[in-house]
Parts: sequence; C-alpha cells; structure tokens
Amino acid sequence: MTTDMKQVYAYPDALTEVEMRYCPGCTHGTAHRLVAEVIDELGIKDRTVTLATVGCSVYAYEYFDTDAVQCSHGRAPAVATGIKRVQPDTIVFAYQGDGDLASIGMAEIVHAAARGENFTVIFLNNAVYGMTQGQMAPTTLLGQKTTTSPRGRTAPEAGFPIRVCELLDTLDGPAFLAREALSTPPHVRNAKRAIKRAFETQVAGLGFSLVELLSTCPTWWGMTPLEAIKHVDEQMTKCYPIAVFRDRLAAQEGEQSAESAPGEGE
Amino acid sequence: MREEIFLGGLGGQGVLLGGQMMARAGMDAGLNVSWFPIYSPEVRGGSTTCTIVITDGRVGSPICERPETMILMDPVAANTFAPQVAEGGLLVLNSSMIEQPPGHEDCETLWVPANDIAVEIGNERTVNMVMIGAWAGRTSALSIEGIAEALQHMLPERHHKHMPANIAALERGAEIGAESRQPGG
Amino acid sequence: MSETQRTREFITGNEATARGAIAGGCRYFFGYPITPQNKIPEYMSAHLPEVGGVFLQAESEVAAINMVYGASAAGARVMTTSSSPGISLMQEGLSYMIGSELPCVLVNMVRGGPGLGNIGPAQSDYWLATRGCGHGDGQCITLTPNSVQELHDFTARAFEIADRYRNPTMVLADAILANMMEPCDVLPPTEMPPADRPYAVGPHGQERERNIVNSLWVDFDEMEEVNLRIQERYRQAAEEITDWEEYGSDEPEVLVCAYGISSRVCESAVDEAGKAGVQARLVRPKTVFPFPSEPIAKWAEQAKCAVVVEASMGQFVEDVRLAVEGRCPVELVGHAGGNIPAVSEVVARILEMTS
Repeated sequence: MTTDMKQVYAYPDALTEVEMRYCPGCTHGTAHRLVAEVIDELGIKDRTVTLATVGCSVYAYEYFDTDAVQCSHGRAPAVATGIKRVQPDTIVFAYQGDGDLASIGMAEIVHAAARGENFTVIFLNNAVYGMTQGQMAPTTLLGQKTTTSPRGRTAPEAGFPIRVCELLDTLDGPAFLAREALSTPPHVRNAKRAIKRAFETQVAGLGFSLVELLSTCPTWWGMTPLEAIKHVDEQMTKCYPIAVFRDRLAAQEGEQSAESAPGEGE
Repeated sequence: MREEIFLGGLGGQGVLLGGQMMARAGMDAGLNVSWFPIYSPEVRGGSTTCTIVITDGRVGSPICERPETMILMDPVAANTFAPQVAEGGLLVLNSSMIEQPPGHEDCETLWVPANDIAVEIGNERTVNMVMIGAWAGRTSALSIEGIAEALQHMLPERHHKHMPANIAALERGAEIGAESRQPGG
Repeated sequence: MSETQRTREFITGNEATARGAIAGGCRYFFGYPITPQNKIPEYMSAHLPEVGGVFLQAESEVAAINMVYGASAAGARVMTTSSSPGISLMQEGLSYMIGSELPCVLVNMVRGGPGLGNIGPAQSDYWLATRGCGHGDGQCITLTPNSVQELHDFTARAFEIADRYRNPTMVLADAILANMMEPCDVLPPTEMPPADRPYAVGPHGQERERNIVNSLWVDFDEMEEVNLRIQERYRQAAEEITDWEEYGSDEPEVLVCAYGISSRVCESAVDEAGKAGVQARLVRPKTVFPFPSEPIAKWAEQAKCAVVVEASMGQFVEDVRLAVEGRCPVELVGHAGGNIPAVSEVVARILEMTS
C-alpha cells in the first residue's frame, strides 16, 4: 500500500550525492540539508546560484546541486552584488563562515546589507576558524581557548566578540535578519523556518536577508558532538541570543491581509 | 606649422577653457591638436596651466619643455614660467597685473592690458579672450572667427548670452596683436 | 562596432575611455573613486542607465573587482577603472578571475608611486600588469594606447579580446592620457551583446548541466591542466593580437623603444635626432602582454644600440632586453614619481650613444 503513504523524509534534490568532507558532529551538514530542503520546497533549484566561500564550506559548490561561484575570502557579498545586478531574477545565496563574513569580509557584508542587495546569506557562526585548524575568530567567546588564544580569549588582548545580526540591525537596508541555533531538534526546525523566510524574502524581491546559524565545531572546541550541542545552547546563546531581528516579509503580509479584510479592526 | 603654446594664470582666469578653445579651433581648422592641463615640474600656488600643440604634422609629445609661446596672465605664473619660453619665442603678458618683464633676453614680449580691456568691454571674465585674441592677432595661427566658433561649441548653452562680450574681447586683443606686428608697434 | 558612424569630438582621455567601453558593449561598471580617473565613473554613472546598463559605486576596490567577478560569472560585459593604489587592491580578485577563466576589462590610469605617491603621470605599474595580477601563473592581457583616440578604440576592443581569451584585459595608460584632450572619432554605443557565455551561471532549467565558476583545484594535475589551458590562450593571443607601431628611419643607427605617453615623447625625439643627423627608429608596443618581441629583435640586429624610455625605473626595459637578446647594448632613460622623460633628454641619450 505504498501509494497511500506520504513521503515525509527524503534526500533533498538540491544536494548532490558527493560525500561531504565535514568532521563528525559538525553542523555544517545540517545547515546544508536545511538550505537544500528550502530550495526544493520553493522550486528554485534551476535558478539558484550558490556562492561558496573560504573556510570549511569551501566545497559548497560540490554539495549543492546548483550553479555556483567559488569566491575569494570574505568577498561573496560583492560577488553576489555583481551577479544580482546582471540577473535580478536569479536566486543567489552566499554560504559564509564567521571568519569569512565577520573578519576579512566585514566591509563587504555591511555594505551589501546597507544597499539592501537582494540576496541571501547563510552565516555559520561556530566561533572558530575550522579549516585553518582552530584559530580565534571574530566571534570567539571571551574565555574560549583556540590555537591562537591558548589561554582563552581576553578582551584586553583580543577585544570582544562581534554580534553580526545586531550590528546589521542598525542598518535600514536588510529585509530579514535572524539568528537560530543548530542544536536541538526544535531549534533546528526554527532554523529551517528562518532559512525559508530568508529565501522567500529574496524571491519576493524585498532585499538583503541573512540567517546566522550558531553551529558546532567539536573538533576545535575539543568536545564530543553532544557536548558541543550543549555548549551552543548553554554558552553561545548567552552571547548570541536567538531572535528574529527583522522581517519585512511579515510586515508586507500584514499589510496585505489588512487590505484583503478591509472591515477588520474598524 | 607647429605651434606650442603654454597658458598660465590664476584659477578663475579661464586658462583651461581658453586653452581648450584654442585647441578645438585648431581641430576645426583641420589640424592635429592636443590640450594638456596642469603639467609642469614647478606648479605652485594657485597657478593653473595648460599646454596646447597645434600642428599640421604629428603632435608627438603633448608636453613642451620650452614652449614657443607663453600666454601668462598673472605675476606668479609669469615669474614661475616665463624663463622657460623658447629662445626666440614669444611672451604674451597681461600688463594689467604683471609689471616687470620676467622672461629672458632672447624672446619677444607682447604686453596686453587684458584686465583693463575686459573692464572696458563690461565683462571682467573675458581676460583670457583678450589675451588669446592678442596672440591670434600677432601670429595669425588661428582666425578669430574660428576661435569664437570653438568657444560657442564648448560653452554650455546657458552661457551663450556672453558670446558677444567674448567676441568683442577676442577682437580687441587681436587688434593689439596685429598692431604689434607693425614696425615700431 | 560601427566604424561608419564615428563622430569627431574634442574630449579627454577619461571620457574617451568611458565612451569606448559603452561602444564595446560594456553595460556594467563597478568602481571606487581615485584620482586621476574619476571622470570615467562619473561619465558611467550618468550614461550607463541611458543604454540599459548598471553603474554601482563599490565600497572599495576590493569589492569592485569582486562585483566585476560576479557580473562576469553571470555573463556580462563588465569593467572597472582605477589608478595604481586601487589596482594594487584588485590583485587578488584578478588572480581569481584568471584562475576561473573569466573575462573583464580594467583600465589603470597610472599615477606616481610607490605608496600613496601622487596624482602625476607614471608608467610604474608595468610589472603590476604584465607580471602581477595577483598570485599564480597568470597575467592581464595588456593594451597600451598613446592617444585619446587609442584609449577609446583600445577600450572598445578590450571587451572582445577579454571574451576571446577568457582573461582579464587591462588598458594601461597614465594621468596625462587620462586628462589630456585630443580630437577623437567616437564610436556610437552598440547594442547590448547577447549573453552567450556557455560557462556563465544563471537560470537554466533542464537545458544544461550546472555551471561552476571556480579556481579551486585540489588535485595537482587538474590544477596544472587549468594552467596549461591558460598558457595556451596566451600563446594564441601572442599569435593573434600582438600589435605595435613603428616610426622613423628605415636605416636606423638607434632603436628607440617606448610605450604609452613616453612613446609620444619619443616620436618627437626621433624627429629631433634626425635633425641632428642621427637616424633612429621607434618601435612602440600597442600591446605589452603579448609583447612584440619580433620587430624589436629585427631592428636591434641593424641598430648600434637601443634606447628604452619609460616613466618608471626600469620595468619595460626588461622586456626589451629579453627581445633584443644581446644583439646590441640597451640603455634606459627612466623617470619616476610623476616625471616624464623629456624630449631633450632622450635626444641627448641618442646622440651620446652614437658619438
């Protein structure tokens, strides 16, 4: 009676079958899957361009079954700008880590956001440089040990962690900003909701959208995968609170529903 | 023919536009021309300069070390640049502002009371036209009509009402230049 | 490009460059302000929208070249323009474009350096263009105009060259050529060329396999294969587009080599030397990568010596020496920092070398 069965889980069409090179317990894989599911659900695979950046996700162009451009370190928002100015209807998303986006690429992300460029950023914040072997990132927590903050990050030596969503939330340009955590199943479900919202914002042509995903790096945190997930929920969220900072799509939907029901509220 | 002309003066005296107008007039007369602003190893103060080449051959270098002609409109430009005029060359100097002959001994000097004439004409911004007119009258390298036409091309439409004053300034200058060619002039 | 519809105008090198780009089919411009080329972005911001194009002022030269990278990956004829310090900042992006086999056009109105330098004319970015363009084995195809007309024509043609060899193509000029005005027979804007790059990203339905624009090749052999492909295109370019002009005596005692603004100085110097009784011939590269070694070698065979003139301290002279291959002594007349070699100085060196 298979015909009566509803399919609730399958390998996403927007992912290739290439085996991912991420470490065991790393949440990059989760993020990839969520993005791929959203691309499938929105039916945009054939008009999506993935921007791979520099960091652990450098091979993103191998994993997402879309057109792709590999970008130099930190510059994906500028590359996205170039593509979107030529092809406004193409769906472009940049998959950036914390070193790529919040350190070397800070100028590009801030200006793309300020311009309200109509593309989506999936921002993986795991508070460490993974690919280059565990150095301190701009988002490394105070006290966190890394290979370049061996006694733990201190503010006098290395300053404070950067809160990207809050920083971008000071700008008028962004249309959607949210931070979610890739930790427990409820958080993962919320993360997918935010990712979908971000892509829908782009499809609607509303402008810049970014989802920050608090992610694990068991390898360079020196933790088991489960300890790492606990660390996200218990430590990272203290510095990086989970929130939807901006949702212009909701504002627009609100206006539309108000228009469709003129009598309401009178 | 090959004319190498250096213009120098204060910002606002119309040095750059004047030079462009001369080069444009040369182009319209079917000659090869170049106009090049500001270059000098000794640019100082508020001086504005440009160099124009007008030739029936190849322009070659648009930069002239020892220009044949220098049209200088203020004392700073005169003191700075006049010594560089070519031997046997021509200095066209604004006598309304420049008192001492600043060049070297082996050159000719044409004095033009350009500010005074401009005031007489009733448009103080035509100093450059008087000076350039004087050069044209002296050398006949370009016709006054051709220069006036070039100016008309280069001036934005809203300034065309100033054309009669500019033409008058060119003509007054040309008279002085032509007179200077007479023996004892 | 419609040769018959040219109109003669008296314009600056900067304007001629901008209008050449539009005539060459450029519809996308990303750039950052820097003297002495600001009139180009100003012109583009005013006029690109009139022909259905897009102008965007980037937050930096780093961003500008990456926007160019994105637009090129999306199949567009795209350009940026800058001056020396800005071109330094674009080096990384250029390397990525070379590695990803993407075309673009950039113009460098070279100014005095190193460092912040000044806004005077210089030719000291010769190596930046012909050796630089970032890390790895790759260069910009480099065109060297010496007049306002050539700035216009070379910029227009650069788009076709960049597309043909899938490589960034640089128009290398200087602060004098940027600011000077000369008569220019201006080409009309062309129609926007169709996006016909089979490797470009964008919507594709089921019509093709997915396209990946990439310069990351972890496998050494694969990476070498990309390099061999790039070098093969450079060899092709050497055969097809190497260009130069010669001026002066057919029986020269002295070979004079210069490009760009210095070659204008040398035209006058060749004339002056002739008047002083010394026959000279100027070989003036219009492309410096690929480099016209052949005519230089040919005249070096006949001449007693070669005089190389550049507004830099000995960059271009190296390519001349490689072409001359010891056939005659090679002397440099170089200046830096905004100074351009003077006609008298070049003539003096020519006379000195033959006395």
